Amino acid sequence: MAEFFTTNLGVFVIILGQCLLMAVFLLLSAYFILYADRKIWAAVQMRRGPNVVGAFGLLQSLADMLKLVLKEIIVPAGADKAVFFIAPVVSFALAMLAWAVIPFNESWLISNINVAILFVFAVSSLEVYGVIMGGWASNSKYPFLGSLRSAAQMISYEVSIGLIIIGVIISAGSMNFGQIVASQDTAYGFFGWYWLPHLPMVFLFFISALAETNRPPFDLPEAESELVAGYQVEYSSTPFLLFMAGEYIAIFLMCALTTLLFFGGWLSPIPGVTDGALWMVAKMGFFFFLFAMVKAIVPRFRYDQLMRLGWKVFLPFSLVWVVFVAFAAKFGWIGGIYARWAVGV
Amino acid sequence: MSVFAFYLFAISVITGGLFTVISRNPVHSVLWLILSFLSAAGLFVLLGAEFVAMLLIIVYVGAVAVLFLFVVMMLDVDFAELKAEMARYLPLALLVGVVILMQFALAFGVWESNAAAESLRAQAVPVDRHNTEALGLILYDQYFLLFQLAGLILLVAMIGAIVLTLRHREDVKRQDVLAQIYRDPAAAMELKDVKPGQGL
Repeated sequence: MAEFFTTNLGVFVIILGQCLLMAVFLLLSAYFILYADRKIWAAVQMRRGPNVVGAFGLLQSLADMLKLVLKEIIVPAGADKAVFFIAPVVSFALAMLAWAVIPFNESWLISNINVAILFVFAVSSLEVYGVIMGGWASNSKYPFLGSLRSAAQMISYEVSIGLIIIGVIISAGSMNFGQIVASQDTAYGFFGWYWLPHLPMVFLFFISALAETNRPPFDLPEAESELVAGYQVEYSSTPFLLFMAGEYIAIFLMCALTTLLFFGGWLSPIPGVTDGALWMVAKMGFFFFLFAMVKAIVPRFRYDQLMRLGWKVFLPFSLVWVVFVAFAAKFGWIGGIYARWAVGV
Repeated sequence: MSVFAFYLFAISVITGGLFTVISRNPVHSVLWLILSFLSAAGLFVLLGAEFVAMLLIIVYVGAVAVLFLFVVMMLDVDFAELKAEMARYLPLALLVGVVILMQFALAFGVWESNAAAESLRAQAVPVDRHNTEALGLILYDQYFLLFQLAGLILLVAMIGAIVLTLRHREDVKRQDVLAQIYRDPAAAMELKDVKPGQGL
C-alpha cells in the first residue's frame, strides 16, 4: 500500500485528498463565520440575531443554504448565459484556490512554493473578474454600475496591499509563508512578530483588506441604498450562494494573511505554550471578529472618499514605508529588527 | 505528469488566442485573452520561472486586462457593423500578416546563436539560488541603469497621459473633503424640540 502513494496516481490521490480536506474545512468555516457575522452584528445593534433554527440558531446557515440550493435559478432575458454562470463559479473557485499555499502549521499545507505570497496576491487580484463578469453578463443597470465600481475599487487597494506585502517580504527576505513565520519566531515572543516593527502597516493592511473584499464600510459594489445589491442583483439560488460563499472565504483568506504576515501565524503568544494550528485558527477568528465589528460600527464611505483614501493616503504612505523598511533592513537600524532574513543573502 | 500539464496549458493558450480573434463579442474576446494569459503563466511555471509567471498574472491579468475589460464593456459596439468592417479590412490584415511572417522567416533563417546560449538554455533555473533572487541580482546589478531607464519611460508615459486628459472644468461640482471634515456641528446643526402631531 505504501508503494502506491509514490506512484503518479498515488501522489494525485494524496493531493486530491488534501484539497478535499481543505475544501471541507473552508466550507465549514464559511458556515460558522457567516453565523458569527450575523450574531456579532446583531449583538452590536442589541438584536438577537438568528436564534430560531437549531440551538442558538446554529443551524440557520444550513437552512439558508438549503433554501438557496432548492430555489429556482432565474436568468434575465438579456443576459449573456455562459458568462452569467461562469462568473459565480470563477468567484468561488478563485476564493478556494488561494488556500492551496496557506499553511496552518509548519508543513501543514497543500503546496509549499517559493513565491507563495505572490501566488495569493495574484489570485486575489483575479477575484475581481467574478464581480465584473457577473455585473456585465446580467445586462442590467445596477449590476453593471456595481461591477464597474468594484473593478476600480479592487485595483486601487491592491496597489497598497502589494506595497505593504513588499515591506514584510523585505523584512523576512523570503516570499514563502513558512519562512516569513519562522523569521518572526524570536526570543521576544509576542513582541517579536512583525506587527510591532510594521505597526502602521497593520492598520493599513486591515483597512485595505476590507476594501479588497468589498466589506463594509467599503461595500460600495453592493451598496443597497444606491445599487440595490450591486453585481448580485440578478443572481438567485445556487449562483448567488457561490458568490456569497466565495466572498466569505475571501474574507477568511484576508484574516489568514493578516495572521501570517503580522501576527506570527501558528506561533504561540504566551511563552512556554506550544505553537500549533490552533493558534493560527484562533488568530484568524479574532481578525474575523474585528471584520464583523467594523461592519457593525462604521458607516459606509462615499465613493470619492474611497478613491481619495486609496490613492492619496494609503499609496504614498505605504510607498514611503517600503523605502524606510528597505533602508532600515539594509543598515540594520533599531537593533536590526527590520532585517531578519530567513534565507542567506 | 509535466508533459501532460504542458499540453494542457499549450492547448489552452492556443484555444484562447484563437477565440480572442474569432469571437464575435469583444467582451468574450477579452475573456479568452485572459484565459490565454493565465495558461501562458502556467507554461512559465513549468519552465521553472515562477516569479515571472506570478508577475504575468498580477500585472497583465490582474490590472491591464481588467482595464481592457472596463473599456470594452463601456463601448457601445454594433456587432453587424463590426463584422462588415472586418470583411473590408481583411485583405489589409492578411497583407500585414504575410509581411510579419516573412520578416520572421528572414530573421530566423539566418539566426546564429551564441556558443554559450545552448548550455544556458538547458539550465533555465540557477541551481544555487531561487528564481526571484537570481532575477533581482541580474536586474539590480547588471542591468541597473536600463531598469531605471525603463521606469523613467513609464513615468513619462504616465505624466503624459495625465497631462493629456486632465481638464479642470468649472461646471463640475467637487467635494472639498477638508471643508467637510472641519465643519462645526454647532454651526451646521440645530436641535428642535418637536411636539407630537406638529410639524416645524
